[in-house]
Amino acid sequence: MKKLFAFTSTVALCAGTAALANDELIGLMNDPTQWVIQTGNYANHRYSGLDKINRENVGDLQVAWTFSTGVLRGHEGSPLVIGDTMYVHTPFPNIVYALDLNNDGRIKWKYEPKQDASVIPVMCCDTVNRGVAYANNTIFLHQADTTVVALNAETGEVKWTAVNGDPSIGETNTATVLPVGDKVIVGISGGEFGVRGHVTAYNMETGERVWRGYSMGPDSDTLIDPENTTHLGKPVGPDSGTNTWEGDQWKIGGGTTWGWYSYDPELNLVYYGSGNPSTWNPSQRPGDNRWSMTIFARDADTGMAKWLYQMTPHDEWDFDGVNEMVLTEQEVDGQMRKLLTHFDRNGLGYTLDRETGELLVAEKYDPAVNWTTGVDMDPNSPTYGRPAVVPEYSTAQNGEDVNSTGICPAALGSKDQQPSAFSPRTNLFYVPTNHVCMDYEPFRVSYTAGQPYVGATLSMYPAPDSHGGMGNFIAWDGVKGEIKWSIPEQFSVWSGALATAGDVVFYGTLEGYLKAIDAETGEELYRFKTPSGIIGNVMSYEHDGQQYIGILSGVGGWAGIGLAAGLTNPNDGLGAVGGYAALSDYTALGGQLTVFKLPD
Amino acid sequence: MKRFAQALVFGAMAGLASAGSATENRDLPGNGPAAYKENGRYYTEDGVPAYFIAEDGTVDWATFSGFRRYHAECHVCHGPDGMGSTYAPPLKDAVERMDYYDFVYTVSNGIQNVSASHQTVMPTFGQNKNVMCYIDDIYVYLKARGDGVLERGRPAKKEAKPDAITAFENECMAGG
Ligand code: HEC
Repeated sequence: MKKLFAFTSTVALCAGTAALANDELIGLMNDPTQWVIQTGNYANHRYSGLDKINRENVGDLQVAWTFSTGVLRGHEGSPLVIGDTMYVHTPFPNIVYALDLNNDGRIKWKYEPKQDASVIPVMCCDTVNRGVAYANNTIFLHQADTTVVALNAETGEVKWTAVNGDPSIGETNTATVLPVGDKVIVGISGGEFGVRGHVTAYNMETGERVWRGYSMGPDSDTLIDPENTTHLGKPVGPDSGTNTWEGDQWKIGGGTTWGWYSYDPELNLVYYGSGNPSTWNPSQRPGDNRWSMTIFARDADTGMAKWLYQMTPHDEWDFDGVNEMVLTEQEVDGQMRKLLTHFDRNGLGYTLDRETGELLVAEKYDPAVNWTTGVDMDPNSPTYGRPAVVPEYSTAQNGEDVNSTGICPAALGSKDQQPSAFSPRTNLFYVPTNHVCMDYEPFRVSYTAGQPYVGATLSMYPAPDSHGGMGNFIAWDGVKGEIKWSIPEQFSVWSGALATAGDVVFYGTLEGYLKAIDAETGEELYRFKTPSGIIGNVMSYEHDGQQYIGILSGVGGWAGIGLAAGLTNPNDGLGAVGGYAALSDYTALGGQLTVFKLPD
Repeated sequence: MKRFAQALVFGAMAGLASAGSATENRDLPGNGPAAYKENGRYYTEDGVPAYFIAEDGTVDWATFSGFRRYHAECHVCHGPDGMGSTYAPPLKDAVERMDYYDFVYTVSNGIQNVSASHQTVMPTFGQNKNVMCYIDDIYVYLKARGDGVLERGRPAKKEAKPDAITAFENECMAGG
């Protein structure tokens, strides 16, 4: 029945109108046998409605089949399953495989773009890609060199390509794209190269550019309406994207847009966050640096910003605001509200009203977080919505050439892009986190187009006075702003979580384990060590009546760079040798998909 | 072609310091590779930049500066403390294998050997002042790490910044 539905909607789609594309996609998202979007659904729940694998039987899980991607770099994102086909992507060179699930994963087609290798060194920290998207019988790939490609989902034939950025000035891509209506919405990476971030919509049928909104710049560039775009309920006024910058610094201002977007079809709003302002030396860019580090709500058709919320004005720690925006409907003070929850790199878990941008909750989701005492929640206060910065940990107040020590979290954030999951059965968020702190010393740098523009030295180490590990996997109540339980992990958890209707939550670890835990209690129910460390996201689908769990292994990304050799703690004193667990003692490079099922 | 020329200019700058006149401390204490000090920097007998670590662990300014610059420019690929990562090789070992001139050449010109099974590239830094104005610093820092005389992490004690190095830095960062 479900298959039939998928089939008919594909046919209907040849008509190709916006409404139909949305309806088809939403229909497929609601069909738990498929995995049609990286984030599970438009709300970014990463939740599977399948329950054949449940907390009673998950302990019996076994490997069903495996697939080598042929690439040995960091594997982020996950495969998609549409009908009887699985689509698997790789890091650079960004190969896409269509695998036939009716035929033991035989390769139906393979697409390998030809990209200039000069893009590789401008991709800060490994050549990851967070996967393809699907709509309208088309697979959308956003390559490292920022080429957006539309591929015929049946044949792999190129329908159109569009060039979204310029790698010679450091613009690259690592993210997936978001198909909405008759558009695909895409972001950009390159915050460490002085790129000015932007979000762009392309026509799904033709690849023509429809709108582009920058993170900073004049109102005509940012698509911000001085009267109607609000920040915490108030109109932002004219030139908000330039008037908190000195001189022309906004032109190389950062605020890149490489996270997980979400979409509310009723409000027709797209939600995403912008990254760090460039450089990492705050003294070189006085002011709030709007709209870096900001949650954006933009109209999907026009790109106009409806509301904004800047979480970390004048960033001093590289706390990019790009992490996933998760949309839920929950009761707040006895009233059902449309909510947006976001776990920021800065260590605060935010919940906002996603219609208005009203700030409801801002609480630490790792008790180690120390750079702020909290966010001012009083709407009448002049510092409403701002985090109170602890002077000791302020790299701006301490100044250039001063090493600020003991800052928690580290620049990796209490969490990076690795997406959380939400279960409507428990109303809990399941969040993969980092438990790492840092010393940070900013200094002066000069800007050269296409060259790194960093301007800080940092050393990282596991959060002191804690369990000694570098990660936690937590369950979070987004309405109360409270940790329900927390599982200590030896390494940062850099894998996207999956919650299921079987009340099981899955995640991967950097050592390479796929773990299954009880959604209520966090009790571990199953683990299996895959061939390489996991920085990919867990997904689930059903085929021929069997539920499957899929995960990409392939260590790398920021985690592979920072943790491969292990960390040391400078606070351990002069000449302390040894250090903490080195990832290279546990795992090596890889590139493999592992698919699990219950025994027949 | 232009890039290459630029790289050579920077490379020559690094060597130029030894042509200066302010040579001091011909007989340096300790048994490191440093033979003499000139314009605030230490050199081996052959005029190659060297680190200098005093008996109480105080490192020379260049070594400290190298620690900072390494962690700003190289760390994102080569991992903390020159230890290597899942992406790029450990440079503390590379400087034990390759000499100073090969090191400068590699950083200026990069390495590109991309094939079906190998997709990493060492960037070309010849035109990047944030790197090339500090290339000797990065080298001596890594050499100290490779020789096993400098522990991981931030050096605890350092010499004051010599005026000659400040002057060189200002000129290098300002120059084209
Ligand atoms: C974008 C990532 C990246 C950055 C940034 C980077 N490197 Fe590299 N580097 C590499 C890779 C990858 C290799 C290995 C290339 C190969 O052999 O294919 C390499 C190789 C090298 C080598 C040769 C090592 C050997 O064993 O032969 C040297 C020397 C080197 N890098 C120095 C530096 C220095 C110094 C910096 C900072 C100023 C730096 N690199 C920054 C990626 C990077």
